[in-house]
Amino acid sequence: MYRYIIKRVLWLFPILLGVTFIVFTILYLSPGDAASLILGEQATQESLEALRNQLGLNDPFLVQFFRYAGDVFLRFDLGRSYINNREVLGEILQRLPNTILLASLSITFAALAGIPLGVIAAKKPNTAVDNGVMALALFGVSMPTFWQSLILIIIFSLTLGWFPSGGFSNPNQWVLPVIALSTASIGNIARITRSSMIDVLDQDYIRTARSKGLSKKKVVNSHALRNALIPVVTVIGLQFGALMGGAVLTESVFSINGLGVLMVNSIRTRDIMVVQGSVLFVAFMFSIVNLIVDILYSFIDPRIRAQYK
Amino acid sequence: MSLLEVRELQTYFDTRRGVVKAVDGISFTLESGKGLGIVGESGSGKSQTAMSIIQLFQHNQRIAGGSIMFDGRQISDYTDSQLEAIRGNEISIIFQEPMSSLNPVFTVSKQLCEVLITHQNMSSEDAKAKAYEMLKAVKIDQPERVLKSYPHQLSGGMSQRVMIAMALSCNPKLLIADEPTTALDVIIQAEILKLMNELKEKLNTAILFITHDLGVVSKMVDNVVVMHGGKIVESAPVKVLFKSAKHPYTKRLIAAFLKTDIRRANEGETLDFFEAENDQYDFQQFRDRGVADDDFYQVSAGHMIACRLKKK
Repeated sequence: MYRYIIKRVLWLFPILLGVTFIVFTILYLSPGDAASLILGEQATQESLEALRNQLGLNDPFLVQFFRYAGDVFLRFDLGRSYINNREVLGEILQRLPNTILLASLSITFAALAGIPLGVIAAKKPNTAVDNGVMALALFGVSMPTFWQSLILIIIFSLTLGWFPSGGFSNPNQWVLPVIALSTASIGNIARITRSSMIDVLDQDYIRTARSKGLSKKKVVNSHALRNALIPVVTVIGLQFGALMGGAVLTESVFSINGLGVLMVNSIRTRDIMVVQGSVLFVAFMFSIVNLIVDILYSFIDPRIRAQYK
Repeated sequence: MSLLEVRELQTYFDTRRGVVKAVDGISFTLESGKGLGIVGESGSGKSQTAMSIIQLFQHNQRIAGGSIMFDGRQISDYTDSQLEAIRGNEISIIFQEPMSSLNPVFTVSKQLCEVLITHQNMSSEDAKAKAYEMLKAVKIDQPERVLKSYPHQLSGGMSQRVMIAMALSCNPKLLIADEPTTALDVIIQAEILKLMNELKEKLNTAILFITHDLGVVSKMVDNVVVMHGGKIVESAPVKVLFKSAKHPYTKRLIAAFLKTDIRRANEGETLDFFEAENDQYDFQQFRDRGVADDDFYQVSAGHMIACRLKKK
């Protein structure tokens, strides 16, 4: 088990190196010149050229890549912003707590709401209850986040005045963005829980559990749910990753100073170093979450644990 | 008073294409400590008869008529929670597929103890001690190790032993065995049957044995009910049935099992039986001689055959 975890942690390096390569290549090929960005449009040709040499932008592609990758992996240095010369890592870490808090609260809320909804639907498949829950889930998945965020603000901040429309420093401000961000995940989690649960409830061991005289509640919540959780945990992991990167809209609408806003702003200003750094960082978080999900599998299912020797 | 008395039981499935009558008006009794076999081909309704007793039903399944008396109580009218108190406690069941009948994510210990804690209000220590005892009773080597195992670490035979231990741990009055050895190889099959017979004697448990395997039936039970198309076609003490089966369907079943010339000798008759099945097949010659009731003719004491398959 520990060997498996160590193995998986070591695997993070090649994965992240691959991500770095892809991100670096895309941004290398994208238009825009760092030197003219830094010096402004009035800069002379000579000073631009000098800066390009200084930044190493005239070096061959691979040389530039390995220099960047070396900085990232050996010195954990994501470089400096072309715009304000701040450390990229510092910029990210400063905004990270907000984003992680938003994403964690949202995914927790999504799981706490989505799993029970899916179970309720699965207990009575193809009935009014099931159809109602699934319609609700579809609604949740289909509703655009930014639109929903605006509607929430109009109803709950502007009209009713229950919650503030922006900021993220106290729990009162968490409510609306968390609802907006988790709605789609609730729908996804409810749907996958339902289908997985329906599958499991049809298994022989569920019949055995019932034949033992266990109450319906115990059969569903203990015997069935644990078996149905594997695909649900997978989806939760993927959703968490998606929330980390996808909080952009929610953060913008609710004026939360998080990673999403940093990314959007740096893309707008073509601050390549910051874009690169944040994308890499999100990929890193995503890999970590997936690693946790894989380890969780083995706690849920002893058959998977047996493979992890 | 019989331990189990099934009267005119009807179990229906409500499907989109109409009602499917899986069990269509069958009656039988089982005395405590005895064995009754229900035999028939796949789809004859034998398993659904067994499921009906403790109402382990699908969403669309229901008892449409008749009654089931168990130990003086009409359990066919019981609510879910009343049935839960009986399941696994007074009536247990073991299934055909031992490997998939145990929950893969729980240890054997947890699955065994659960029954004891639910029905006997045992503390978890007492339940563990009893679980250990039960595993020894079903002749499992190294019970400590098996208790800590997960189902995927057990063989089919071991799993079925665990299932039997689980089913018998509350000392039930009735054990329903739904093709318990079908998925096992012959050697393990013989061992399991022997074990079940021993435990049946020791605990004085009545067994309702559902199978298509007549060889198994002959070893396990006192009386046999032959089912076809949701109805009983013949019922008799096991020895009588093998010696002098009267109904063409039973003869065919026995012939198919023995794979002898009897089959060929009966071929014509059997075919007629199936061709006539859709209209009506009156054993008029039996009825004329006098019947036990409208539907059954009594050949000898305890030996009944159906006069007609389709009720009008």
